[in-house]
Amino acid sequence: MSLDKEKIKHVAKLARISVDEAKVDSLTKDLNSIFKFIEQLNELKTEKVEPLTSILNQSLRSRKDEISDGKIREKILKNSPKENKEFFVVPKVVE
Amino acid sequence: MSKEKFDYFIMGDKGKYEVVIGLEVHAQVLSKSKLFSGSPTKFGAAPNNQVSLIDSAFPGMLPVINEECIKQAVRTGLGLNAKINNYSVFDRKNYFYADLPQGYQISQYKNPIVGEGKILLDMPYGSKEIGIERLHLEQDAGKSIHDMDPSNTYVDLNRSGIALMEIVSKPDLRSPEEVNAYIKKLRSIMRYLGTCDGNMQEGSLRADVNVSVRKEGDKKFGTRCEIKNVNSIKFMQMAIEYEAARQVELIENGKEIDQETRLFDTKKNETRSMRSKEDAHDYRYFPDPDLLPLKLEQKLIEDLKNSLPELPDKKKERFIKEYGLNAYEANVLVSEKEISDYYEEVAKLSDKKLAATWMMGDLFAMLNDKGLDISKSPISAKHFAELVQSIKSGEISGRIAKEVFEIMVESGDNPKKIIESKGMKQQSDPKELEKMINEILSKNKDKVDQYKAGKEKLFGFFVGQVMKLSGGKANPQLTNEILKKLLKG
Repeated sequence: MSLDKEKIKHVAKLARISVDEAKVDSLTKDLNSIFKFIEQLNELKTEKVEPLTSILNQSLRSRKDEISDGKIREKILKNSPKENKEFFVVPKVVE
Repeated sequence: MSKEKFDYFIMGDKGKYEVVIGLEVHAQVLSKSKLFSGSPTKFGAAPNNQVSLIDSAFPGMLPVINEECIKQAVRTGLGLNAKINNYSVFDRKNYFYADLPQGYQISQYKNPIVGEGKILLDMPYGSKEIGIERLHLEQDAGKSIHDMDPSNTYVDLNRSGIALMEIVSKPDLRSPEEVNAYIKKLRSIMRYLGTCDGNMQEGSLRADVNVSVRKEGDKKFGTRCEIKNVNSIKFMQMAIEYEAARQVELIENGKEIDQETRLFDTKKNETRSMRSKEDAHDYRYFPDPDLLPLKLEQKLIEDLKNSLPELPDKKKERFIKEYGLNAYEANVLVSEKEISDYYEEVAKLSDKKLAATWMMGDLFAMLNDKGLDISKSPISAKHFAELVQSIKSGEISGRIAKEVFEIMVESGDNPKKIIESKGMKQQSDPKELEKMINEILSKNKDKVDQYKAGKEKLFGFFVGQVMKLSGGKANPQLTNEILKKLLKG
């Protein structure tokens, strides 16, 4: 698998990373060499192996259905880009 | 009963088109707290007051799953006769939007908690089975408010992280009517189970609608469009009608249908393409490293199965057998759990068939008129049963019963008291009636002679006189019998 410049820009956009146009070439080269390294793993035969979703051989821990949180609006809204006592305020998004 | 034939097609110049519909229903799980945090889920709280550090995606927070939400999903799966998967996995669905602070929604992609199931619909043309593809658990997003400020969007995260069940149907639906029946049945099943309140106004139940069309008889599906987030049955039906007509027109004009996501504009009654589609469906799913796979013990599934309430299909069968109702009556009376509970309470205390007739007639009309749910009925089941019994026993006539019913609605009094105090009791004493009828006959000797001479139409006149004299309270059946007897003599 290899990535071209367009794909790099697309992935950067999806990840919300701003990439300097001048750096796209070197980034493409670097990423492709990383991919090449990782692709060595494809030599292994894994058809009969279940994908490993976790290295811990445990099941999901759960909690009881109880209200134990909330009512910390002031604390949470401290991170809002703009000041407002009730809401997060962000630049207008339409749709 | 003669059955109607299925007949929903779009007529084009070049033929008849069948509409193929699949639904992705998002049903809010009934639970006290959210899927991965301890914040409350109550509707209508002050903005951002039901938000934890997890729901607002502060760094370093670890989601811990709510065991009740797992059980609710399993119960719903069992109610849909579906396969419950002992092993399921939570994935991250990545997309960027202001009301999704994590930048991803925790959902289930490859391994959902519930697999294939089915729902049975009663249509005028017979019963129809609709396949369920899957049911999975996922987080809801927050709410963006665009109309409070001309240049900013306000975000309320109260809904963020509340558990949703996404229930995906197979593309088995063929008309807006079937969609209506499907949503109602699904809603009814979940309300019986207590897994979702089904409140569409509050957004507890909403759907993405997949629509495609094909020439009648074609085996291959057409290209489908997905209409996002429609929150009422009426709008779903309108969106389907518009979208199907739009697709037929494109095909007839030799144009291609783009597979795309569309919005339904409820003001203009049309669907239109969503603009930001270039990045759509690039969700880069991967297993959420914060969450281990969910393994369900068979014992838990069995226990939940054994504790399920009686569901509408079973209850309908029982109503037909136990109460002698017809399929239509049973269908109506099991549609909501509260209605069926009310009916059963009434039927225990009175005539089962007459109770059904009066409930579906006068009681429903009154509730409908007042915009009330049956749980808020001004007439209790016990009083209603007494009224039904008064009719059945002949104490009051059907006509008088309607008057009693009206007074019951206004006063909340029991029917016995109303009948007593207003002297509405039907005159069913044969001696009393005979006396009254004799009086009438002797006053109208000329008419009696005419009747005996063959003018039998006059019978109605005599009945009318009896009713007039008794203030409408004479037992009609008895009146007829006595009149006939006396006129013969």
